[in-house]
Amino acid sequence: MHGVVNWAVHFFMLDEGPLIWLSDFLIICASLGIVAVLTKFRLWKWLWDEWLTTVDHKKIGIMYMIAAILMLFRGGTDGLLMRAQLAWPNMHFLSADHYDQIFTTHGTIMILFMAMPAIIGFFNVAVPLQIGCRDVAFPYLNAISFWLFFFAAMLFNLSFVVGGSPDGGWTSYPPYVENQFDPGPGENYYLVALSITGIGTIATGINFLVTILRMRAPGMTFMRMPMFTWSVFVTSVIILFAFPVLAVALALLLIDRDFGSHFFTVNGGGAPMQYVNLFWFWGHPEVYIVILPIFGLMSEVISTFSHKRIFGYSAMVVSMVAIAILSFVTWVHHFFTMGAGPGVNSFFGVSTMAIAIPTGVKVFNWIFTMHKGRLEFTTAMLWSLGVIPNFLIGGLTGVMLAVPPADYQYHNSYFLIAHFHYTLIGGTVFGVFSGLYYWWPKMFGVLLNEKLGRWHFWTFMVGFNICFFPQFFLGFMGMTRRMYTYPAGYGWGVVNLISTIGAFLMGVAFIIFVYNILWSARYGERDTTGDPWDGRTLEWATTSPAPHYNFAIIPTVKGRDAWWLMKQNGESINGPKGVPFRPIHMPNNSGRPFIMSALFFILGAGFVFQWWILAIVGFVGVLICMAQRSFEYDDSHYIPVEEIEQTEAAAGRL
Amino acid sequence: MSNANTAVHGDHHPVDPNVPLEYHEEENSLRVTGFWLFLGQDMILFSSLFATYIVMHGRVAGGPTSQQLFDVTGFTIETIALLFSSFTCGLATYEMRRGHRNAVIGWILVTMALGLVFLGFEVSEFIHDVGIGATIQRSGFLSAFYILVGTHGSHVTVGLLWVTLLVIQLLRRGITPATARKVFLWSIYWHFLDAVWIFIFTVVYLTGKVI
Repeated sequence: MHGVVNWAVHFFMLDEGPLIWLSDFLIICASLGIVAVLTKFRLWKWLWDEWLTTVDHKKIGIMYMIAAILMLFRGGTDGLLMRAQLAWPNMHFLSADHYDQIFTTHGTIMILFMAMPAIIGFFNVAVPLQIGCRDVAFPYLNAISFWLFFFAAMLFNLSFVVGGSPDGGWTSYPPYVENQFDPGPGENYYLVALSITGIGTIATGINFLVTILRMRAPGMTFMRMPMFTWSVFVTSVIILFAFPVLAVALALLLIDRDFGSHFFTVNGGGAPMQYVNLFWFWGHPEVYIVILPIFGLMSEVISTFSHKRIFGYSAMVVSMVAIAILSFVTWVHHFFTMGAGPGVNSFFGVSTMAIAIPTGVKVFNWIFTMHKGRLEFTTAMLWSLGVIPNFLIGGLTGVMLAVPPADYQYHNSYFLIAHFHYTLIGGTVFGVFSGLYYWWPKMFGVLLNEKLGRWHFWTFMVGFNICFFPQFFLGFMGMTRRMYTYPAGYGWGVVNLISTIGAFLMGVAFIIFVYNILWSARYGERDTTGDPWDGRTLEWATTSPAPHYNFAIIPTVKGRDAWWLMKQNGESINGPKGVPFRPIHMPNNSGRPFIMSALFFILGAGFVFQWWILAIVGFVGVLICMAQRSFEYDDSHYIPVEEIEQTEAAAGRL
Repeated sequence: MSNANTAVHGDHHPVDPNVPLEYHEEENSLRVTGFWLFLGQDMILFSSLFATYIVMHGRVAGGPTSQQLFDVTGFTIETIALLFSSFTCGLATYEMRRGHRNAVIGWILVTMALGLVFLGFEVSEFIHDVGIGATIQRSGFLSAFYILVGTHGSHVTVGLLWVTLLVIQLLRRGITPATARKVFLWSIYWHFLDAVWIFIFTVVYLTGKVI
């Protein structure tokens, strides 16, 4: 009995102190609260029918965005804990172990469970509408992608309170993370959760490639596609080529840990650097996966609010393709210090610097788009414009880091930390906020408040620069990344304090954003037209939110900025009057993606704790779900003409 | 079907009767495109494993080397069985295009039998190697060998389970656009595994026997 209690106390980490107790308390309160609200307002059936079983890309997109915002909160809290710990010399607010765990979960969550779902959420929200089709190519698979991501995120977050978080950094380099040095379930959580969400991401890449290749509305040639759709196309290709490599790296490391093989161990003929090579062969393209769609949506936002077509459309496309190709030949710049020799390092230094050229093309094109435009500084526009100076700093410091001899000085210092936060926050997060303000009315039928939006933007912009600009100097002053505390007397204290103040300002900005969401849901301006920004692309041609079937009649596209052209010519999205509607074929909802992903969660938990019975139960369950799907022939329905007529009449499009 | 919009995928287009059955409905045709892309990512997955194997090949840590371990007779029979199964799989597709359901099922069964022969040799090779102490824990080389060859073997196993479900559906429904699409996808998957095996045969077994 005593033994069991001891085991449970250790397993649930009750011996780890107040931070865990507080988390336990908050998790229990939040869970009970959700259950209570759902029961009190009898929402369980609604939740199941409308959300958990949906295969509608618009709803899946909304769920991705909600998950991304929640994960931004989790990852942001980790970041604030780290900044609190580093605010002054000799702080012991967090122990070294806890600090290691928190920087690991911060990085992992921000990249894979915040940036990725935010990006993929926008894929779902915008792409089918922009190319004038009714859903993605494989709606059922799309639901599987989402639920795999969701359950992987849950599994990963569970590590904080059950068994212990991973502590090998977001890159999880062996040999340190091998069992020999880092036993326990922590790193297994990382490996399993990332593998599961990775499967979903590969499926998303395939899904959007087929959607864009095969399902564009008639007349929408490749060179007439909206810039965001172009960016999604290019990004999906990168996903297809990069994510399987991550899957292999993670699987091999997991096999090392769970079954004692010798891929990346120091003994037994292992090659730890092979992991590092595989990881960054995915890792470098990954940073373009999270920035190229932002470039795409910035192009939409800047062109919309300049009320001009995008400057240099073809150059934009070519530069994106060039970035995609170059992104696969730069991975060694993450470890110049491996010592691959001057020839190899020079090649990767030059290939890295070369990426600055197509990126520069894009920046100039955005500026020329604004030139002589009728500029409208909405919040969405501010966020997009914010990317330009911030990303410029991130990009130029990247070129500095790409010089191998200099990199030996900057490597793993706070200079690097500042650099990649300028690209990932200054680029991706700013872009995500821009996209949220821009597409919020399309997602929810409500505009976010502009005044609160401005407060949100400026607080974040100022806080972000106060937080990260000083870190360039900390790097020059010799502070390395991942150190949990530092002695007084190096002159780092004040600089760190300034940085911490900036971080908390970003926290304030996040609160303003959440307040804006809540305020706007209740009092915000309703989008009755479906086209609040005088938009240019087809998503603005339909109601906000779009009807289930998106378009009653598939539009015919006559040029770039299709909806703008239609408005210029006074055409309706449903074509000339009197074209009869026909029944629309749509996929049925299904609970199986949710259940199958829950079984993946069980399978994953089995691998985390090496409980093989659990793993087998999960695995067999997944196989049964797949076999069931194989026998499912009746998985679609027709929307009758009367229903379409009613919906279209209500939208004033008859 | 013919008077309605097909699916989420836009308006209905008239079908060219010369196009194979699996492309007749747009939904099926989309899945064929998607499956090719899936095979593309699977190719990257195998490439990563091959790269790792090549790095690991010499890292035997004092344990058995590839030259000592590989059995020429075994992997030759394995290879012939799998290559031949690709041919019989092609015959199944050929009969499907001609609309002969029973012939399709017959050739699938032959393909499955050859696949089982292949798997049998692979499993017995693994059991033999483990018996003499050449386990996955023994060295980096053996870890990479088992995972690369085993990943291919588990793909073959999935292929066998998958086609079992398809045989049941063929018996129940005959050759329709949907079942034709399923059999076609399985067949390109099977051919793909054959192509991967050719690389395993040359990179792992032949090269491993020489160096």
